[in-house]
Amino acid sequence: MATLPNQQEKLSLDTFLRGLWEENPVFVMLLGMCPVLAVTNSTMNAIAMGLATTFVLVASSTLISLIRKLIPKQVRIASYIVIIASFVTVVDYVIQAISLDLYNALGAFIQLIVANCVILGRAEAYASKQRLHTTFINSLGMGAGFTLALLALGTVREVLGNGTLLGLQVMPTNFEPWVVMILPPGGFFVLGAWLLLFAYVRRRRELRLLEQEGASGAA
Amino acid sequence: MSTPTSTPGHPTATPQTPGFRMIRTLGGIAMLAGLLVVVVFQWTAPYIAENQRIAIEKAVFQVVPGASQRVDVVLGEAGVLAVGDAAGETVYAAFDDQGELRGLAVAAGAQGYQDIVKLLYGYDPSCQCVRGIKILKMTETPGLGDKVAFDPAFLDNFVALDASLNPAGDALANPIKAVKHGHKQHDWEVDAISGATISSVAVANAIDRSMQRMAPLIQRHLAALRDTAALGNSGGVE
Repeated sequence: MATLPNQQEKLSLDTFLRGLWEENPVFVMLLGMCPVLAVTNSTMNAIAMGLATTFVLVASSTLISLIRKLIPKQVRIASYIVIIASFVTVVDYVIQAISLDLYNALGAFIQLIVANCVILGRAEAYASKQRLHTTFINSLGMGAGFTLALLALGTVREVLGNGTLLGLQVMPTNFEPWVVMILPPGGFFVLGAWLLLFAYVRRRRELRLLEQEGASGAA
Repeated sequence: MSTPTSTPGHPTATPQTPGFRMIRTLGGIAMLAGLLVVVVFQWTAPYIAENQRIAIEKAVFQVVPGASQRVDVVLGEAGVLAVGDAAGETVYAAFDDQGELRGLAVAAGAQGYQDIVKLLYGYDPSCQCVRGIKILKMTETPGLGDKVAFDPAFLDNFVALDASLNPAGDALANPIKAVKHGHKQHDWEVDAISGATISSVAVANAIDRSMQRMAPLIQRHLAALRDTAALGNSGGVE
């Protein structure tokens, strides 16, 4: 991606914002698709999953960045997975302690955060090379970007598929819910639509930049 | 961390053996991880136990209408047994303020779409029917199968679901079973949710299997169950 290996990034606003837009884990890097498609059929699930993933992402990235010089590169993946898995277990217990209903709603997907490639990807591509504070800010941004993406899917799917938003009726009562939206295919439809929108906006921006450059070059 | 410039297969000369470093790092991380998990487990365990206790408590009073106290009893072939006896099954006897037995809450489970659906149902011995259900644990598809937990039309099936005994008194007169949405004709049938048939069938099967065994036992030992009111209130026999 934008950061070159072996290059220590300077902390800037961009460190945080990159995860939200330019390198959004879902819409741009297309990572962690399993929870994106699976738990976004309601807004509440999307928020809970996003926050849980963000916590694991920030905690594991920070720890990995802290001990990055101690990890021999032959065993780095094993080390990352053990660290990530411990934090996932922590989240698992904490969610059970907060609310059993929420825990039941998220089902197996809490444990599956271990296999979320956003987290391992961040550990390998960023945390293992960058300093502590930039890693913390960057993973926070990535987590926020991931949560936003889940929310973008979750709200659309819940409104269209169930006529509700966070459990409250928002569609007129004569609205027939599009059940397909809360089924797995609906996840693909909505994800496809968002990807299309993201790609379109990015393309237009690039074209505009090119035009501006062309205009200034001609002048 | 600057990546070593060595090419794979040609380890650079390091003061320590790479093997030792690897073992040390992995061992250290594993110990740290274990410590973290144990600390969090210890810290959250009482909260989780409390949540589960509240969930069961709420569920018992939800599935037995009119109840205000509960006594945990173990019911087996020999009657009401001591708590912890493996020969029987735990049931929650629910009494009202006057100490009248209003019903019994029984836990049941059956294979659903993805995993076992665990639920608690309330059996009313006076009408020989199921008075309510509460799903305790499931991993049914959110938005579809999980509707068995809260869909009002589906839960209406369990307001007075017939579970009367056959003349011999050793099984149900009519097995409780799920039928396709809109095809419910008898009191012992469960009208399935359209689009969540497998989950609906799981709920019906769980109740049927448990009732086939428990309803005859409960009817046979009804007097003993009524007497358990004296054993205590709300907290039950611990």
